[in-house]
Amino acid sequence: MQGPRHEWNAEPPERNCTLQDYQGATARWCPGCGDHAVLNAVQQLARDKQLPPEKTVVVSGIGCSSRFPHYMKTYGFHGLHGRAFPVACGVRSRRPDLHMFVVTGDGDCCAIGTAHWIHAIRYNMDLTILLLDNNIYGLTKNQTSPTTHIGEKSNTHPRGNVLPPLNPLSVTLGITNASFVAQTIDWNPPHLYSTIRTAYEHKGTSFVRILQRCPHFTAHVFAEVQQNMNQVCLLTHEDGIPLDAQFQRLFPNRAMHNPNDLPAARAMAQRDEVYPVGLLYRNESAARYDLQTAQGLGKSQAEKMAATEKWLSRFEL
Amino acid sequence: MPTSIADAATAKPAGAVQIVGQHIVEIVSDSGEGAQTCGQMFADLCAHNGNGIWTVEIIPAEIEPPSRSRAGASGNRIRLGSKPVTNAGDCADVVVALNEQVLYSRIDAGALHAGTAVFVDRTWAENADEAVRRRYAEAMEDFARFGYAVVEVPIEAECRKHTDDPKKGKNMWVLGLLCALYDLPDAGVRDNIAKRFAKKGDTVVQKNLDLFADGYEWAIAHVERRYRVPADKRTQPMVVMNGNQALALGVMAAGIEVCSMYPITPATSASHFLANALQEAGGFVHQAEDEIAAIGFAIGASYAGKTAVTITSGPGLALKTEFLGYAVMTEVPLVVIVVQRGGPSTGLPTKIEQGDLLAALYASPGDSPKIVMAPATIEECFYFVITARKLAEEFRGPVMILSDANLATGQQPFPKPQLRSSWLAPPVDQAPWDSTVPPFAWDAETGLSRRPIPGQRGGEYVLTGLAHDQASHVAYESAINQKSMEMRSRKLAVLQAALRPPAIHGEPEGDLLVIGWGSTLGSIEEAVDELRSEGRLVSSIHLRFLSPMEPGLKSIFQRFRKVMTVEVNYSDPIDAPYITPEARRYSQLAQLLRSQTLIDIDCWSQVPGSPIPPSRIAAELRRRLELQGKEN
Repeated sequence: MQGPRHEWNAEPPERNCTLQDYQGATARWCPGCGDHAVLNAVQQLARDKQLPPEKTVVVSGIGCSSRFPHYMKTYGFHGLHGRAFPVACGVRSRRPDLHMFVVTGDGDCCAIGTAHWIHAIRYNMDLTILLLDNNIYGLTKNQTSPTTHIGEKSNTHPRGNVLPPLNPLSVTLGITNASFVAQTIDWNPPHLYSTIRTAYEHKGTSFVRILQRCPHFTAHVFAEVQQNMNQVCLLTHEDGIPLDAQFQRLFPNRAMHNPNDLPAARAMAQRDEVYPVGLLYRNESAARYDLQTAQGLGKSQAEKMAATEKWLSRFEL
Repeated sequence: MPTSIADAATAKPAGAVQIVGQHIVEIVSDSGEGAQTCGQMFADLCAHNGNGIWTVEIIPAEIEPPSRSRAGASGNRIRLGSKPVTNAGDCADVVVALNEQVLYSRIDAGALHAGTAVFVDRTWAENADEAVRRRYAEAMEDFARFGYAVVEVPIEAECRKHTDDPKKGKNMWVLGLLCALYDLPDAGVRDNIAKRFAKKGDTVVQKNLDLFADGYEWAIAHVERRYRVPADKRTQPMVVMNGNQALALGVMAAGIEVCSMYPITPATSASHFLANALQEAGGFVHQAEDEIAAIGFAIGASYAGKTAVTITSGPGLALKTEFLGYAVMTEVPLVVIVVQRGGPSTGLPTKIEQGDLLAALYASPGDSPKIVMAPATIEECFYFVITARKLAEEFRGPVMILSDANLATGQQPFPKPQLRSSWLAPPVDQAPWDSTVPPFAWDAETGLSRRPIPGQRGGEYVLTGLAHDQASHVAYESAINQKSMEMRSRKLAVLQAALRPPAIHGEPEGDLLVIGWGSTLGSIEEAVDELRSEGRLVSSIHLRFLSPMEPGLKSIFQRFRKVMTVEVNYSDPIDAPYITPEARRYSQLAQLLRSQTLIDIDCWSQVPGSPIPPSRIAAELRRRLELQGKEN
């Protein structure tokens, strides 16, 4: 799969980007943090797709996972807490030529940025959204997040969280015009890679929730899942996330799920005894706002002036 | 019965035509009766005639408030003159009211004085409801007592000759009346009416033309005193528009392709205009999910190479402040237009105030130096956007334009701008970037630097709101933070060095210098001229740049015995309980100037929700001069 997508010939490619060409500053996440795995997967995908680093933009908000752009050697936008989506939409609005990733966390996306999350899904611009969900606020040191499980103790709920967690999948699947919703886990690199790749290839907003281990604050939450893979259900389908048979065998619990079936996707998202991993939903024909906002890009200076003159003249005495 | 103006003109006129240099006319009605349309069309006619004009919208707070209620008045004030008109003026000379209750709201607002000619629809005297008839009769007694020259006009009765639904026709009838009243030639007006109603079909067009002609004829036959405001022949092409339209056209003329907004009064009409027009210039309007997303989207577009604009008002500015600080910190070019309204909180959403100056300068965490400009005329609304985009890119950061509700809805003619290609944003630079040049290669002297844009090979970097060094790497050393703060601040000093000191209206020395900013220009200068004609040594300056301020202020101030600002925002009155010089809270520009110059600058400011008329300013200036005389 490596190398540029062109007909085979004997000439060496003009430019061949290696993994190093996508590696920015040394990642300063804790050892054992699931974010490292996601970073590796995205860099590998960029290499495999030979994305020109100058044409690649990673946008994030604030939080542990939002440090992501600093560790890529592409263009990056490390923004404000909760506000990665409007920024990414603004970048995309006039730049159909860029390859775009948005990295966000459960606090960033599902708490302070909730309004933007809903509307970004509805706008359905061509963005690959990676929600790195570790069920906790890490950077600010152990506060309950919207996805923290009931009873979990944190610095803001020392006697245990009193509310059930918000389900990012069912929320996203409830938003009109959602076009791609998937879930994966950070501790299975092939599935992680394949999911991000499929999301990247989708034209529109692809939303990928990644169950991400936080060794520091929520190690026990996913350790349990990791040890008992029956708590995970691999979604299989010919239109789903491709995964080699050898890796499929790592998932004892598998279910056939048609990603074109929205009611089935919603039902699947709401299962609370297992985490469904794979592609829950895809709709290639959802309306795309970026196709609208990019109109008129080719207008010449003369055309712009003529249009302005026309509107200005309406006020002439 | 004559059916055209030509016929009407041959009818025997009731009274003589008086020549006047300027006049103020208001038309008010219940919301939905078209008084605003009538006022705008009348203003257009005056401007076409070559008169100077300034208009102010009279807007109720609700879309459809209860009829015949004082707070429901909707309409327009038009001040027309032989010379250019710079402000809405003082009391109205003529008011046309479609019912007597809405007129009370104008009386409450101080818009009338003894002698104002009042034309009021007398249909209410014959209303089926006894209470309505009684209120009308009481009002007529009041108006007579107040000294108004009341003319009871059978507006509804006349309109019924042409339409079964006079609520929808009275405004054209009144337009006819006003045209006759001001002896305006009918050239163009019939075309205007035809154009405005063309979509509704020939019958509607004809009906409105008949209403217009009937109103015209009635006035010729019945009104005793008519007026003419002579106009000079135009020597150059002129345009007439309001401030929000001028801002919107400025956006287009600047080559800005992305306008990202969230609906908020009184800013939104600028975006309405762009929603129609910008597409033809290759751009679009993004209506975001909230004010924060609106600026975030604009910053995203700017970062990717297309300097964008976001348009809002005070409460929106409050929500945008975190992103504004981000744009300062990351040096992203951005144009932020704030059309101010009354605050705090929801305040006076449709009314005039200059209350957001300090918020514009300081309402971001930490030190966030940014450029802030304030147009003082409709014409400047147009040109300032073009300047703002250039400054945003040259100085690499957000540039704010502070307009206000007075400019937003006021109409004024100005010479038609000759568009230039040099005003347009250049195409996005996608040439390779010299990778040895960091993304923040601050010039040690000026703090200026060029930015790489996504797509430029070799320029890859990560924009971050964290303290960062020249390479945009997260700063872990304290010296870097000090240095980068200094560099961002230095840019304002560099801009100031390129600006000229403000022009002085009047003599460069004297007893009193008045300082203003924004839409108060015309009122202040008119007041100053009045005092100067009385032999008083008063001058004024008007600031267009608030951050950085124009240079040379201190040396200008030192040549006057007293310096004070006049603003439409809050300050403590000097003679109120507990208000000592130490306790007194000054108006916003005064606070800035005091701290900047260490000169004891006084202020006079008011928050009536409407433009401060020149006479009130003049009266206050006289009072201050007299106080000063006593002190000496």
